[in-house]
Amino acid sequence: MIENTKCECGHNNPIGTVLCEHCGRPLDEGYSNEKLDKEMRYEGKARRSLTYQSSIIDQVWNFFSSVKIAIVLIVITLIMSGIGTIFPQEQFIPSSSPNTYYEQTYGTLGKWFYQLGFSDMYSTWWFATMMSMIGISLVVCSLDRVIPLYRALKNQKVTKSTVFIERQRISVQQAVSEGENTNQIDELAEKLSSKRYHVRKEKDALLAEKGRFSRWGPYINHIGLIIFLVGILLRYLPGWNLDDYVWVQEGQTVRVPQTQYYVKNEGSTVEYYKETEKSQKGPVVRKYRTKAVLYEKNGSGKLIPVTQKSILVNDPLDYQGLKLYQSDFRAGDLTGLNLSIMDRKTNQNLGVFSVDLSNITSSQIYKVGNLQVKIKDYYPDFAIENNVPVTKSQDPNRPAFLFETMEKNQPKGENSLVISGMDFPNPETNKYNIQLAGFDMVNTAGLMVRIEKSLYIYLFGGIVSMFGLVMGFYWQHRRVWVRIVDGKLYMGAHTNKNWFALRRELSQIGFSHLVKETEK
Amino acid sequence: MTTIMNNLLYGTFIFYFVSAIVFIVVATNTKKRSQRWGKIAVTLGIAGVVIHIGFMITRIVIGGHFPTSNMFEFIAFLCFALVVAFIVIFAIYRSYVLGAFVMPLAVVLLAYAAVFPRDIQPLIPALQSHWLYIHVTTAALGQGAFAVAFVAGLIYLIYQVGSGAKQKHAKYLEMTLVVMVMFLGFSIASLLFQTFGYQASFTHQIEDNQIVEEYHLPPIVAPNDSKAVEVSSFLGFKGPLFETPSWMKGEHAASKFNSVIWGIVVGLILYAIYRLIIRKNLYQLLYPLVKKLDPELLDEISYRGIAIGYPLFTLGALIFAMIWANEAWGRPWGWDPKETWAFITWMFYSAYLHLRLSRGWVGMKSAWLAVGGFVIIMVNLIVINLVISGLHSYA
Ligand code: HEM
Repeated sequence: MIENTKCECGHNNPIGTVLCEHCGRPLDEGYSNEKLDKEMRYEGKARRSLTYQSSIIDQVWNFFSSVKIAIVLIVITLIMSGIGTIFPQEQFIPSSSPNTYYEQTYGTLGKWFYQLGFSDMYSTWWFATMMSMIGISLVVCSLDRVIPLYRALKNQKVTKSTVFIERQRISVQQAVSEGENTNQIDELAEKLSSKRYHVRKEKDALLAEKGRFSRWGPYINHIGLIIFLVGILLRYLPGWNLDDYVWVQEGQTVRVPQTQYYVKNEGSTVEYYKETEKSQKGPVVRKYRTKAVLYEKNGSGKLIPVTQKSILVNDPLDYQGLKLYQSDFRAGDLTGLNLSIMDRKTNQNLGVFSVDLSNITSSQIYKVGNLQVKIKDYYPDFAIENNVPVTKSQDPNRPAFLFETMEKNQPKGENSLVISGMDFPNPETNKYNIQLAGFDMVNTAGLMVRIEKSLYIYLFGGIVSMFGLVMGFYWQHRRVWVRIVDGKLYMGAHTNKNWFALRRELSQIGFSHLVKETEK
Repeated sequence: MTTIMNNLLYGTFIFYFVSAIVFIVVATNTKKRSQRWGKIAVTLGIAGVVIHIGFMITRIVIGGHFPTSNMFEFIAFLCFALVVAFIVIFAIYRSYVLGAFVMPLAVVLLAYAAVFPRDIQPLIPALQSHWLYIHVTTAALGQGAFAVAFVAGLIYLIYQVGSGAKQKHAKYLEMTLVVMVMFLGFSIASLLFQTFGYQASFTHQIEDNQIVEEYHLPPIVAPNDSKAVEVSSFLGFKGPLFETPSWMKGEHAASKFNSVIWGIVVGLILYAIYRLIIRKNLYQLLYPLVKKLDPELLDEISYRGIAIGYPLFTLGALIFAMIWANEAWGRPWGWDPKETWAFITWMFYSAYLHLRLSRGWVGMKSAWLAVGGFVIIMVNLIVINLVISGLHSYA
């Protein structure tokens, strides 16, 4: 830290200043060119982090304003993310018990992976901590630099110390004949203007500048990133974010989980590419489509339709931020059976009745002509174990019924067992035969239910970021200082990046030796 | 129409190839005449790009969608992006030597692309979105610029190590070059076996489904727990030496792993032959091409490649990716492996930019970082494919 901050030109600089705010002269002659080159980034201004270093607040400030720390944070985050892809994240594993899955599938390494939290790393506290630290660092380091930089760039002096000019990375000195001073300056000013520099002149000095706005690029980019991170943080607010799932059969209306809405499936279809239908690899799906109607329940409990849409993959239903995505499709769920009753002797069809599998009660009576049929027993997934009929599950994979068929005014009827997909021999004494006449099948749509209120915040942050990036990377801040003192012309030039183009530009206005032989 | 398309593809390949050769000739030639040849090399490269565009247009006409939906199409597009990025950077810096390294890389990339099945596949519903090509093309253009930065970095390293200034780095540089030879070796081997119609296939179970795994290279390694269906013999070599470990789960993981092994083996054989004939390190062979260059300029070109690529990559691989993911999968970001590696790539280049800007990492360090970034991109393209099956169609 330099004690004496008063420059030879008489200007009093704040403590921590490297280049005099007024004339640009290095306040310590001993600084290396490298150090000065680096300091040009913030115009040699005093920054808070370099000025105050004693209190705790100062130290925290300094910690977060350090780019070195920022890089360490970035590198740690990227290494952790890399480790997180060694095995799949929990949401991608085909199992609902990750505590056993990782060890069973991947052995000891998998166990550690799970226990250290890598299996669901993006919701761990330490990943959130890393993100927050990067966020804090972004805010602090931008503030630390942008304010002094803004002040410095706003108050640039045209006449700079020759020491400052001499010590720029590009710098030239030429002899000028007596009396040519103003001519020289005017001529250079004109040439620089034609290269679209903004030129300011003073008696024996000139400052040409272009693309200054690009210096704000990185800061605008960082602001965009901060906005983005705020969007992520907001997700922790209740109700900000919803991620659920619902299956809806054709014809059904079900509640959209965690909301007051209901959704009806008016038909789910799958289409295939014609040309692939006969290929050996099997048909390729062209479209999954679900016609959905969204209802809201009003005060008296009635469902009022609010919107409807044919949901496609890549084209969700969107109602005030609630989105329903076509996510899964199940074809041909069995919902009902049609059965016909035959007279055994005459083989005459006496009529048909249909059974709705989702609504079977023991008191239900099906009327067919003069007959009444009652379901005495229902086995959705029929099997015989130890000579006893049982059901293996509640899914109608192989429905079987024990019917009782009664003639009118008879207290007791005859029993017959009907098993779908099987011709079960009922007793010879039965008068009637019940046969399968057809299936009722429906498709079922799996809809993803999402609310993500941060969406527009992300988008806004992303756009801001992109503006900053384009500003910062596709333009550069170039400056040329010229000063004539004692018959000598001093020219110094600086750019924040892309020195080659600056050299070429200067060579075109007469400093041709600035371009190296190999670059011509 | 399909013949036109195929001819355009071959045309692209030939133009890139000839352009590469002319660039190399220019780089080795010291005489005045080379200026004119340099112009010819660039013109050939640009003609190649035009034909490449023609190829993509015919493919759109036939398939009805932009060709970035499977591995062949994506790598071919990456090759296109590389050449476009090179032409842009060439327009700024006029470095013919850069072309002598970039164009051969483009040729190898296109050859590598051709290894994958080239038929036009119909788009599954998740891919039916304009965001598919908006996202993929911008991301790939960014990667193309990164690839140019990688090449410039590599030339910088060859210059510094070759001139004897940085002997400590010689070993690592040579290793990097050998890996590139493996890449080349793999492309050559695959194309040869493809030309002769080599076939092998295995069946195995993945989650209750019987899967047939096709091989286009003789199987050194078979899928985990599989049965051979047919294996053509190759120089008497009939069968797999071992099986893949069970954690390799990606679609076609086994045949891809087999390809990697082939790449390594063929690459090492090529390198061994080279060392027997020319008793020099590869970087010593390449040094004369680059020795007239200005290292500071190379450093700047490499940085410029990244400076051009970084905003494009941010836009394509993060912002557009999120917009699309939100439409297709109902969430802007899901930490799918491919997404995570895009994030890692982006963070890596962010670190590069900060290191360069604030820590003064220029020259050797910066060049190695440019190489490292490209390695990460390749990891995303090849390794992630092999090990993990993700949501991306060419994951
Ligand atoms: C993921 C997080 C970050 C990203 C993507 C990012 C991105 C960038 C980019 C693209 C630049 C412009 C570089 C150039 O012009 O070559 C930049 C500059 C910079 N970044 Fe970051 N940054 C991040 C985090 C941080 C953090 C946490 C800090 C805090 C110490 C920081 C400090 C800086 C500084 C000081 C500059 C130079 C600004 C100038 O030109 O004066 N960055 N950043």
